[in-house]
Amino acid sequence: MSLTLIFGLYVFFLAAFTGYQVISKVPHLLHTPLMAFTNAISGISLVGSLLAAGGHYGTVSTVLGAVAVLAATINVVGGFLITDRMLRMFKKKGGAR
Amino acid sequence: MTATLSLTETFVQLLYLVASILFVLGLKDLGDAQTARRGVLLAELGMVAAVAGTLLYGVGVTHVIVRWEWIVVALLIGSAVGTGMGLWIPMTKMPERIALSHAFGGLAVGLVGVVEYLQHGGPQMTTLQISATGLEVALGALTFTGSLMAFGKLQGFITGRPVTYPGQNLTNMLMIVGTLGLIGLLVYSPGSAWAFYLVAALGVLLGVLLVLPIGGADMPVVICLLNSYAGLAAAATGFALGNNVLIICGALDGFSGFLLGMMMSKAMNRSFSNVLFGAFGAVPEAKAVTEGAQPSGPAPNVGSVEEAAEVLRAARSVIVVPGYGMAVSQAQHAVRDLANVLQANGCDVRYAIHPVAGRMPGHMNVLLAEANVPYDHLFDLDVINDDFTATDVALVVGANDVVNPAARSNQSSPIYGMPILSADLAKTCVVLKRSLNAGFAGIENELFVRSNTMMVLGDAKKTLMQFTSALKE
Repeated sequence: MSLTLIFGLYVFFLAAFTGYQVISKVPHLLHTPLMAFTNAISGISLVGSLLAAGGHYGTVSTVLGAVAVLAATINVVGGFLITDRMLRMFKKKGGAR
Repeated sequence: MTATLSLTETFVQLLYLVASILFVLGLKDLGDAQTARRGVLLAELGMVAAVAGTLLYGVGVTHVIVRWEWIVVALLIGSAVGTGMGLWIPMTKMPERIALSHAFGGLAVGLVGVVEYLQHGGPQMTTLQISATGLEVALGALTFTGSLMAFGKLQGFITGRPVTYPGQNLTNMLMIVGTLGLIGLLVYSPGSAWAFYLVAALGVLLGVLLVLPIGGADMPVVICLLNSYAGLAAAATGFALGNNVLIICGALDGFSGFLLGMMMSKAMNRSFSNVLFGAFGAVPEAKAVTEGAQPSGPAPNVGSVEEAAEVLRAARSVIVVPGYGMAVSQAQHAVRDLANVLQANGCDVRYAIHPVAGRMPGHMNVLLAEANVPYDHLFDLDVINDDFTATDVALVVGANDVVNPAARSNQSSPIYGMPILSADLAKTCVVLKRSLNAGFAGIENELFVRSNTMMVLGDAKKTLMQFTSALKE
């Protein structure tokens, strides 16, 4: 096993544990926004997509990378917008209509 | 990891670290409706930091990003499409949107995996890189087609009924083993491009075959699972690229999907494996048998709108039990109007939300929020269930299985053991239903023939509006 893998596994499991602690505290009320939210966050694959699209490894790579950038951007932008749109609707008693 | 980083690289890595912290803080803020919007803002800042860092990395010492025109065009189109999907999709279509965006997520990750393979030229990849890339491509492809299947089922393009055939589980199992075997082969022979593309192809096929047998009622769990797969695929990308922010986000996403899936399974009294294998066929078959059969036993007590309105007028406390049927006919606004009149009469109105009401976790809460129902009037099953005995009226609107007492008492019922809302324990239970036929689930509901139940037949939205005008008189 390489050190990089061990290091990556540390990061993965610590993040998973943190995620468990934080996500299990999200009330049922907000589960749909939570899903839209994590969906937006998973658009972080945009980071990988940008590197793929910008590389100089031939047209095929660039085109595939560009499609990946497109798909990831849709997730990021759409995901954040719709999460906020949902959360705006949640009002406490007496809140403005 | 031992090499000293250049100044630019250090800065980029620090930006990734900041992004990761912001994502976790954002998720934490989502734990409370009061702070949730701030959480979204934090995560948005995190995303800006991560993207800015990547672009900076691209122009820095390493010059890994050399072609900008494609990136700019893709970013612009993606933002435009994303904005459209974010702003104009109706709330009832939220599960479809989520499924579709899981498909986009899977596609992005899968394509990145293919490009990595092309770029590194396969043979030069380390064991970690090739195995992570293999997993990434398989999971990405599976998430892509699986999510499209889920979307098709929700949208009605594909039958919502489970499609099963003999040897299904065996076929799927063999394909999963085959995929893992090919990834193992790639570790020893990273240059075998045919094996790499076969992994991708198997992923595509698996996505279709794994979701095909899953019925409409289990969609909430499937959506959670696909969420989880999308996250794990992103995490695999992180391993392949040696990028921690991807590993962290992937883990967060993967785990949240898994956790929600477990919760949904529990709410339906089904195990995870139960949802994935087998039980799908069993339930609908039982449905098919009872369909069309005449309800036997005592006749239900059918009341008129006026009678029901009188019951509501006298009620001091009402618990509304909404179902998805209410939401699709947009009757939630009519419910809200009725609640306003009842409250003006001094009646206490609350809403009981079953965990699986709607088509995805928490869907009903969103639909009611859209109708301006304050969220502090919404109560989860475990919080409100004991209150039904002390309640004058339980108003069941478009819900069926989640109030079926058979889940408590009838061991032969397909839903036996599922936690239900105890609407039958209220002094009077008013059920709004289109007709006396067995509902979508096809399971007879003995609640309808209880002596304290009053059925009001007809379109729920119309009935509710009639209640409201009767009470206003």
